[in-house]
Formats: sequence, structure tokens, C-alpha cells
Amino acid sequence: MDYWFSEFQTPHVKFSIRIDRQLFCGQSEFQRIDVFDSPEFGRFLALDGYMMLTEKDEFIYHEMITHVPMAVHPRVKDVLVIGAGDGGVIRELTRYPDVDHIDMVEIDPLVVEVCKKYLPKTACRLDDPRLSIHYEDGLRFIRSCEDCYDLIIVDSTDPFGPGEGLFTREFYGNCYKALREDGIMVNQHESPFYSEDAIACQRAHKRIVESFPISKVYQAHIPTYPSGHWLFGFASKKYHPLRDLDEVRWNMRGLDCNYYTTTLHKGAFYIPAYVEELLKDVEQEY
Amino acid sequence: MKPLSQERAPIYEALEEFKKMRVVPFDVPGHKRGRGNPELTRLLGEACVAMDVNSMKPLDNLCHPISVIREAEELAAQAFGAAHAFLMVGGTTSAVQSMILAVAKRGDEIILPRNVHRSVMGAMVLCGAIPVYVNPECDDRLGIPLGMSAAAVKKAIEEHPRAKAILVNNPTYYGICSDIRSIVRLAHEKGMLCLADEAHGTHFYFGEGLPVSAMAAGADMAAVSMHKSGGSLTQSSLLLTGPAVSAGYVRQIINLTQTTSGSYLLLSSLDISRRNLALRGREAFARVVELANYAREEINAIGGYYAYSRELINGDSIYDFDVTKLSVNTLDVGLAGIEVYDLLRDEYDIQIEFGDLGNILAYLSIGDRPREIERLVSALSEVRRRFGRDKSGLMKQEYIDPEVAVSPQDAFYSEKESLPIRETAGRVCSEFVMCYPPGIPILAPGERITKEILDYIEYAKKKGCSMTGPEDPEILRLNVLKDRL
Repeated sequence: MDYWFSEFQTPHVKFSIRIDRQLFCGQSEFQRIDVFDSPEFGRFLALDGYMMLTEKDEFIYHEMITHVPMAVHPRVKDVLVIGAGDGGVIRELTRYPDVDHIDMVEIDPLVVEVCKKYLPKTACRLDDPRLSIHYEDGLRFIRSCEDCYDLIIVDSTDPFGPGEGLFTREFYGNCYKALREDGIMVNQHESPFYSEDAIACQRAHKRIVESFPISKVYQAHIPTYPSGHWLFGFASKKYHPLRDLDEVRWNMRGLDCNYYTTTLHKGAFYIPAYVEELLKDVEQEY
Repeated sequence: MKPLSQERAPIYEALEEFKKMRVVPFDVPGHKRGRGNPELTRLLGEACVAMDVNSMKPLDNLCHPISVIREAEELAAQAFGAAHAFLMVGGTTSAVQSMILAVAKRGDEIILPRNVHRSVMGAMVLCGAIPVYVNPECDDRLGIPLGMSAAAVKKAIEEHPRAKAILVNNPTYYGICSDIRSIVRLAHEKGMLCLADEAHGTHFYFGEGLPVSAMAAGADMAAVSMHKSGGSLTQSSLLLTGPAVSAGYVRQIINLTQTTSGSYLLLSSLDISRRNLALRGREAFARVVELANYAREEINAIGGYYAYSRELINGDSIYDFDVTKLSVNTLDVGLAGIEVYDLLRDEYDIQIEFGDLGNILAYLSIGDRPREIERLVSALSEVRRRFGRDKSGLMKQEYIDPEVAVSPQDAFYSEKESLPIRETAGRVCSEFVMCYPPGIPILAPGERITKEILDYIEYAKKKGCSMTGPEDPEILRLNVLKDRL
């Protein structure tokens, strides 16, 4: 049997994974949700037909979106996580005993339910007592928050569909307002490679630059995402991602990672020339 | 043939049938199903250009409908509770003008509020009718013109017993309704007709708990912008008539100015939208009301902004309020409405319907989703955080009682001269000046220019309102009558 999952990464590029079987298929109020087993990537989650995470490479994404800011900010007590229904970011965050409280805002309760049932490797810490889960629109949740978080992690889907509001100027502005005076915001920043993704990436960067005094971009290699080259945004009111990196402090924690190291942390901010160009284009106005 | 019911869409069905016939076109339009204009076809899609066809026997003729267009009009009349409905392709402007042209000729008086759309004044320029203005009261806090009080209408009728008709905005752009039932009664008692500009009231015919529609209130004619809250294509509209109006005469009036090449894209969009509203309008508008109420609650929770609603109702000049309208007063944020309007577009990629001196209007309709509402509310919250300031120095819109020195037609066609705007005080204006949108004239032909009006124009220009109307596009000069009246 020839059973494949295919995703159009662009109208002219198709990425396919051989499937063993489909475990779940459902339609929520917001999106179509599918879970498959595959021989190469293990179990994986797709939303509206787009690959969200696979068991094989999710660690790259979740470690990079979490540990980079955690190694910079000296005292993260209160964290807001937007999206992240799969639980991967929460799994990484709960490894820090000095984090006091995490608010997770996910628009779609069905995603959380499905991940708890079918993706226990990521959704394994969703019952941590420090975690409060809020099922609502992230844009709405954050509107009333002021000066109350040290770190905001924006683990959004793509800038079309239900996640669109998380790529807007009004959202980043509200994040700025919700952060304490030394707060950091890290966001899923799309890929710079294919032209349509590059435009989305550039637009997001422009809006973050307009909203935060420090705005840098770092990269990781994620095989199942379009082009495999993925970016994250590091926006901050006070701390610089490299100058304020405290390698000793973080390494003393003794956290065992598969992708992240403090050495890689430094390298991740050195991005290819064409990406630098792409981002510089929208920085110059400011 | 299936019986005529609201499930049917006769024009759309005829177009589908016509497509199957694969008729060879040796008639207009010359793009011949798009083949002659491949770039346009790529832009609009083949399905779209293939429907852009000319009047012909199987598709009927808008100027003299006898088959599918006539059926579509009958269904529309039934759906809107009218004696007759006319499909219009020249916008609601053409529907409003046809109403006026059908009831008034040179020298006839029409009673109306001053805050009418420019199309009403335009019709008076064309036919020579004379406006009798009823002062729409003005809300002091919000600075918006309201509806006409029944007492003021009664007084106008007593003073002008030979007026032909009374025109009512149902509702205004901001969502304010006059007591149209009482106004209809007052008009009919004196043998006058009641006309309604329902450019912003299509949903009144289908939603629940909304203000009364003109036809249900017994009005004689109504111009209904299907393309606004009804969901049809831009420029398509309906003209509805009651039993006291001769449909044949109205058709003759429409044919004086309407195109003989009515677009089937517009006509089919009216047909399909009418079907959709008749079958699903009630639930669709219930959702719009829910969204608007939610948006108002959230906007009022931000602080500074005032998103108003039914609490304004005073039984008279605000007889009812259209809760689907998301009108927000911005003065306490320290910003003019037009400034918020510009910031939303320039900083947040959000385009709203209009901003005036003290208010903005976000148009909600059957196409809205909660996630866009969240964006709007969040952006307003950010506008306040980033740009909010002290409110001193902001000007409110105030009603300036117009002095009609000569009829709009006489003023428009008289000998005139062009003067620097500041030298025109005291003279009689011969052209329109308005902010667009909302397109309600600040000055209409035949009105005397005053210093207050000039101050207002200058302030609106300074705040960034887009001004239209005068021959001089920069509005540094105005045309006035040569004769000093």
C-alpha cells in the first residue's frame, strides 16, 4: 500500500511523508485536526492539512523557542504562552523550578484534547500545578494584561487562518504592554526561504521592530517545516540576546537538551546574508 | 418550471442555463467571454467574465423586464414586503435620485433633514425641487446629527402644506432612526408621500429586534443598498415602492438615467443576495448583532472610547437605534475620529468605514468573524495607549442651520465666480462641499456660506478629512453666485 501525507509547501513544491495509519481526524470550530503515524517521523499532528509537529523533530522547535530566552533573562517568574496546544513549550518551561506561573492561551480546546490523547510525548506536562490553561483568542486575552509577565512565548500557527491575529501590530503592541520593564517576547517567525513565507517573515519583523527597542532573529534547522530553515524572533525591552546571555548560570542548571546548547545559542543569531538583507529592508525606517 | 418561491434565483438560473447553451457571441460585450482580454480574465476568473453578457431574450432586459428579471423583482418585492421592487445597477445614488425625480418637479417642495446623502441634493439639482430642511437635533456629547423629531416634521408640514414628500433617513450612517411610522402617518394625512433613504438599512427587513423597515412602516418608496449590509456586489441596489405609487411611472423615471446595458454580474448578485437574505437573513443578522454587542462591550472596557447603542434612545429624535452599527466616539481619547480612522489603516492595516470629527464607524456585516473583531478592538486599545492625549483643542461637529437662499438647481446653473475660500462668507454657494465618507454635504448649492461653515471646513481639512465636491480639488477656492443675494 502506498499511503502518503502531502503538504503543499508552496503552490509548486510538495512535501510528502509515508503514513502507517491515521489515528484521528476531526473538525473543530476553528480548524481540521489530523493525527498520523509514520515510519520515518513517528506520530505527527497536522492542522488544516499543514504539518505542525512530528515526534522526531519537535524537540528542535520547542527547545529553541524556550531555552534561548530562558538563558538570557535572569529571573523568569511569570510566563505567558500563546498557542502551544500540543504542550511542547510547556514541557520545556516546566523544567525550570523557579518559574512560578504559566498562563497558556490556546484558542482551540480540541487541539489540547487530541494532543493529550495522541501525543503524550509533548503533552506530558499539561497538568503541572503552575500552569493555567485559558481557551480563548490570544489577542483578546492579552488586551487586558499590563506589566505582568517576564516572558511571552508566541507559539503560533501560520499567519493565515486562526493564527493570523498573532502576526499583527496590535498583537505585538499588546505584548509589549503586557511585559514587565525587562520582559522578553519570543515568537515563531516563519521561514525566510520561499517567497510567500519570506514576505510574511518580513512583515512580522517589521511590526516587531516597530513595537520593541531590541528585535533580533535567530534560526534553527527543522526538517519537516517548509525549506527546513526556520526563524524565531527575539524581542526585548532591555536584555540583548547575546550580550546578556549568561552561559554559566544556564549550564549550572544541568538541563539536558538534544538541540540547544549555549554555544549553539550564540551561533543561532548569525544568520545568512540574504536573510539579513530581508530583515534590514524593514529595519531602516526605524 | 418550478414555482416561484424564495428558494429560486431566476436571473442566476437563467445565466447557468445560458452558459450550457454555448451560444456563439456576435453581440456585445466585445471581450467575448473574456477571450479578447486575457489579462482581465486572469484577474477576475473565467466564471466571472463568462457571466458578463448583454441583455437578450433568455436573460430579459432591465429597461423593460418581462421574464427572469421581472420574476427576480417580484421575489424581491415579496421578500421586502413591497408592492414592487426595481433592481438597480447605478448604486443607491440612482435609487435615491429616482425616488426624488418620481415625486417632484421644478418648484415642488420636499421636506427632509439636512443630513441627507449628496444623491438627494443631486436629484434636486436635476429636477429643480426645493428643499425644506427639518433641523435634525444634534447630540451634544457625541456631536452627531440625530433623527427628525415628529413635532419638527409636523411644524414643517404646517408651514409647507404643498410639499410633495417627506424624506427620512432610515437609519442615518450612525444608526439613528426617526419615528418613521408617525412621519408616514403625518405625511399621508396631508396627502404627501413618505420616502426613505435606507442605504444603511437593508437588514431591517430580515433581522429580528431591529428598527422597523420603511415598507413595514407604510412608506411609499425606499432606496435600499443591498450591497452594504445585504452582501451583493458594489453598485447594486434596490428601489422599493408601496401600493400608492405607480410602478410603470417609476420605471419610466429610472429609464431616464439608468444604463441600457445593465450588468448581469450586478443583477445576479442582487438575485442571489435576496435569496440568501430571505432564507437565512434572520440567523445571519442575529450573528451580526451578537458580534456588534460584543465589540461594544470590549471597546467600552478599554476606556476613553464610547461605543454607543440603544441607551441613546429618547423616544423622539433618537426613536430607535440600529445595533448592527458599530459607531464609536473617540473624543475622550484625545483624538478626532478621522485621526483614529487614519491610524487604524496606516499602523494596523484595518480599514473602517469612516471617521468624522468625533466618531468612527466600523461596518459590520454578514461577512464578519470574531477574529477580525478581536483585531479591531485590540488595535483601538493600542491606538489609545500609543497616541491618546488630552482632549482639549478638539472640535465637535455642530449642526449649522442652513440658509437656503436659492433652489439647488438655480444655484448650480447660475452665473458664478470663483473666490478664495476665506472671501466667500456671506455669499451663496453654487457647489457641494462634503467629507467623503460619509458624503453628507457641509454646503449644498444655493446655501449661504457663513464663517462657522468655513471654520468647520478648515478644521476638517486640517484633521485629514477627504473633502470632495468643489470644482477646485484643493478646496482653496469656492464657486459662489455672481449676484450678491
